[in-house]
Amino acid sequence: MNVLIFTMLVWLGSLAAGFLGSLTGLGGGVVIIPLLTLVFGVDIRYAIGASLVSVIATSSGAAAAYVKEGFSNIRIGMFLEIATVVGALAGAFLALRLSTPVIAVIFGLVLIHAAYVSSRPRLETSGVEKPDKLATVLKMHGTYPTSRGLKAYNVSSVPFGFALMFIAGILSGLLGIGSGAVKVLAMDQAMRLPFKVSTATSNFMIGVTAAASAGIYLHKGYIDPGLTMPVMLGVLLGASLGARHLFEAETQKLRVVFSVVIFLLALQMIYSGFMGWRIQ
Amino acid sequence: MNGKGPMPADHEMDRTIGNILRAGVMTAAGIVLAGGLIYLFRHGLTPVHYALFQRVPMDLCTVGGILGSAFSFHGRGLIQLGLLVLIATPVARVLFSMVAFARQRDVMYTLVTATVLIVLAHSLLSQ
Repeated sequence: MNVLIFTMLVWLGSLAAGFLGSLTGLGGGVVIIPLLTLVFGVDIRYAIGASLVSVIATSSGAAAAYVKEGFSNIRIGMFLEIATVVGALAGAFLALRLSTPVIAVIFGLVLIHAAYVSSRPRLETSGVEKPDKLATVLKMHGTYPTSRGLKAYNVSSVPFGFALMFIAGILSGLLGIGSGAVKVLAMDQAMRLPFKVSTATSNFMIGVTAAASAGIYLHKGYIDPGLTMPVMLGVLLGASLGARHLFEAETQKLRVVFSVVIFLLALQMIYSGFMGWRIQ
Repeated sequence: MNGKGPMPADHEMDRTIGNILRAGVMTAAGIVLAGGLIYLFRHGLTPVHYALFQRVPMDLCTVGGILGSAFSFHGRGLIQLGLLVLIATPVARVLFSMVAFARQRDVMYTLVTATVLIVLAHSLLSQ
């Protein structure tokens, strides 16, 4: 395949991945890496580099819109970023030391988790619960726009959310993904945020998390311009289209379909990881 | 500041952060696209080679090398320059937030954002 055709095909695939990733809140990275490695035969290290950079574009592009509309909670995002950036450095450190088949298998397992999380209905934990003292000290409680005006919410379990965010950071740095699934889990289930707030705040944090490990990947020669260009441009366009439809789309059905696709990709990644192990 | 709900200053910050992110991403995408067109024009018909991992050439891995390559209008150098702008965008956002929290005299969040900034600087500037 020549560069021109390869670039066009990768751009189209990335466009679709960015669109779905933004609608479901899972980010484009979870599909980009299997797409590049399994379909286009790209070495997983190049795929991780391209995905990581694209994740910054997706998240910053979508976050710009969410932040202006008042869905993102900047204080929660900033505080939890301490956990994700330190985790991201640890993840990048690990990525330089693990063999690629091991990374492929870990990636597959993380994908299965993401598929599982996104297939379940997200139950809105409405009703203001007993606020967490730490969250009050950290001024995390906020409001968000609904059809009936601004609605207030409280935040709970900050330490548990923080610990989950550290894990999300490690996975992001190791695998070149935004780890939206773990971030959303931390903020929906542990901290009990309304899910539009948690999706928006997760998007807001992903860029900073990915930037922390992107510096290391750039120095180590994982970020190839020829490959990253169509991936980044495709994902960015797809994600901005997805963000535009977030409030009108009935996302539940889409999430189920998407999670089935992710699950199948995960099995394939694990299988190819084990095959790679045998060859080495 | 009574710490009850978001303050008007926070909404001001939201808007500026939104603008920083949008401007950074659009600038990055523009540079990457320009570099990409040059790259495709010059190398569109060569075969792809991504199955085998060889590190990207050193001059495309460092800030100095990327700037040199980009200012010679090399397609790949321009793409890397766009990606550098993209990586710098969230860092600029954190820097702005730190200044904004400091202006609000919010010591706690000034320290929180400063911590994040130090970790980011460590990653981007080390080596």
